[in-house]
Amino acid sequence: MTAPPRRVRVTSPRTSAARTRRVAPTSEIDSRTRLGEVYVSSLVRAQLRLAVGVLVLVAGLVTGLPLAFWLFPALREVMVLGMPLPWVLLAFAVYPFLILCGWGYVRRAEYNERVFVAMVAPGTAPPEGEEPDR
Amino acid sequence: MSTPYAGVGIVLVALVTLGLGAYGWRFSRTTSDFFVASRSVRPALNACAIGGEYLSAASFLGAAGLILAYGADMLWYPVGWTAGYVVLLVLVAAPLRRSGAYTLPDFAESRLESLVARRTSSLFVVAIGWIYLLPQFQGAGLALGVVVDADDRLGGLVVSTVVLVNVLLGGMRSITLVQAFQYWLKLTALLVPVMFLLAAWAGDGATSPATVTSGGMTGSEWSMPTGEGTQGLYTTYSLIAATFLGTMGLPHVVVRFYTNPDGRAARRTTVAVLALLGLFYVLPPVYAALGRLYAPDLVASGDSDSVVLELPGRMVDGVAGELLSALTAAGAFAAFLSTSSGLTIAVAGVLSQDLLSRGTMGRRLGGVRSFQLGAVVAVAVPLVASVGTDGVAVAQAVGLAFAFAASTFCPLIVLGIWWRRLTDAGAVAGMLVGGLLAGAAIVDSLLDVEHHGWTATLLAQPAAWTVPAAFVTMVVVSVLTPRRVPAHVATTMVRLHTPESLRLDRGRAVRRLVG
Repeated sequence: MTAPPRRVRVTSPRTSAARTRRVAPTSEIDSRTRLGEVYVSSLVRAQLRLAVGVLVLVAGLVTGLPLAFWLFPALREVMVLGMPLPWVLLAFAVYPFLILCGWGYVRRAEYNERVFVAMVAPGTAPPEGEEPDR
Repeated sequence: MSTPYAGVGIVLVALVTLGLGAYGWRFSRTTSDFFVASRSVRPALNACAIGGEYLSAASFLGAAGLILAYGADMLWYPVGWTAGYVVLLVLVAAPLRRSGAYTLPDFAESRLESLVARRTSSLFVVAIGWIYLLPQFQGAGLALGVVVDADDRLGGLVVSTVVLVNVLLGGMRSITLVQAFQYWLKLTALLVPVMFLLAAWAGDGATSPATVTSGGMTGSEWSMPTGEGTQGLYTTYSLIAATFLGTMGLPHVVVRFYTNPDGRAARRTTVAVLALLGLFYVLPPVYAALGRLYAPDLVASGDSDSVVLELPGRMVDGVAGELLSALTAAGAFAAFLSTSSGLTIAVAGVLSQDLLSRGTMGRRLGGVRSFQLGAVVAVAVPLVASVGTDGVAVAQAVGLAFAFAASTFCPLIVLGIWWRRLTDAGAVAGMLVGGLLAGAAIVDSLLDVEHHGWTATLLAQPAAWTVPAAFVTMVVVSVLTPRRVPAHVATTMVRLHTPESLRLDRGRAVRRLVG
């Protein structure tokens, strides 16, 4: 029995093989390829979904009020802090709510943009911060 | 309740406006300065300027007057005027800034690659601007008449002169400072008197305004947030539709977004505007509620619009009361001046770009000259109209302008930003349908034709049916004309939606005058 032959590492420079072309996503977008379109529409769709979400929240609560007061007239008589409930809601409470909605939207919209930048131009600007809470 | 202090206050506001404008004149040299202050306005300053520009006579005087006269269902006006900015923020703010266009017609042309779409939008910008300027001039005449016993036409003349001098000499750069100052003036002019008024009210035993019968309404009728029956409910929803969706189509609001440095700043500016508006709109309902106790006669005599001007003199005695009245009068004048300035700039920009700078005359005039000629025309037409007509209620006319903007520009901007398949044919058809329907309702209400039942309700508050009609037309005609989808829509979408920090090919926006 002879000792097994020494292992020889077989390598090939593969000089004749075609190099995999690495195309940056930004140039996919610039040359309007299908892939580039997918990148852009992913951003557009994310922002639209966010916008519709905020609108549903605002419209749901704000436009739900007339309906609620119309369906349940007793609500109009409820007194809060010495004021009728419709007054408390429409004259005062609605404004902080709208400002909060706007502030939350800006945080999420900027986050969506950072994710997009990190995806199409990795290394240039890492997404800072955590994903904001809904 | 004419007082010499009020006259002094109004003169001071006019002088400070011109003085701040003069500070800006030194910097206004290029066309870009005139139109967009060379895009160098910081979000905080820009937000104050937007707030100052937006709070018009309807907000300062009209809202309190309507709530006093009709009760809590009128609270929807200030709520809608604020919520309009939420809609603008989430759907429009950043993409509109990134579009790189200066005006709504610029946006229409660069998005749809069509001159017809541009001309149609120009027409509607001028129409909305004039519908909106008319009540400002009339309101100014009314206010001046109340506080210094002047002829009703004088106020409109004073306001239009101050606005014109400022706009002619300084354009957007000087106006930005003036508008920012006027926001804080308007807030102060409501906030300081209200503290004295509330103190006087507490001293009188703090009766709840919702428990008394005054101005022909019981307390519980007055606190109802919707009108009578299903028609009242329809009116409330139609008002919500007009104010929520109309804000984004107001030409003087939209032009402000181009002065932001980038899309991110445009968003942050809008949130700051929301906060400033929320702060301001808490105050007019307080005046209305106190007016129920101390000035119920104004409802009967049809002068409820002047409740903000009248209350301080009635509730606080002596010189203090007169000074507080002067402060509210000065604030009201600031409201007329700032909104009129913004509208004048927007209308003048469109007039000079699309009507005056065409042909040989326009070329001879050059950018700044034709802008100035546009400003003169922009002010002259509604001024003549305000002298010639008897006048519509301030808040009613402004409400119609919102409905008109919601029926024309809201579908154009929203679909233009979010829907690739919008075509020029669809956009023009939709704007025409919305504009004609809303326009017919406006003409009808100006002519005071008698209607009854649902016809009257539908025509008085048209947005709930004209806005959907415009949207449906735009979508259906666009789908039927798929070959007219603009050739460079993909590039436009990249420009509208991607953050500026990325180096991408964004194409070129249409910029008619600069560049």
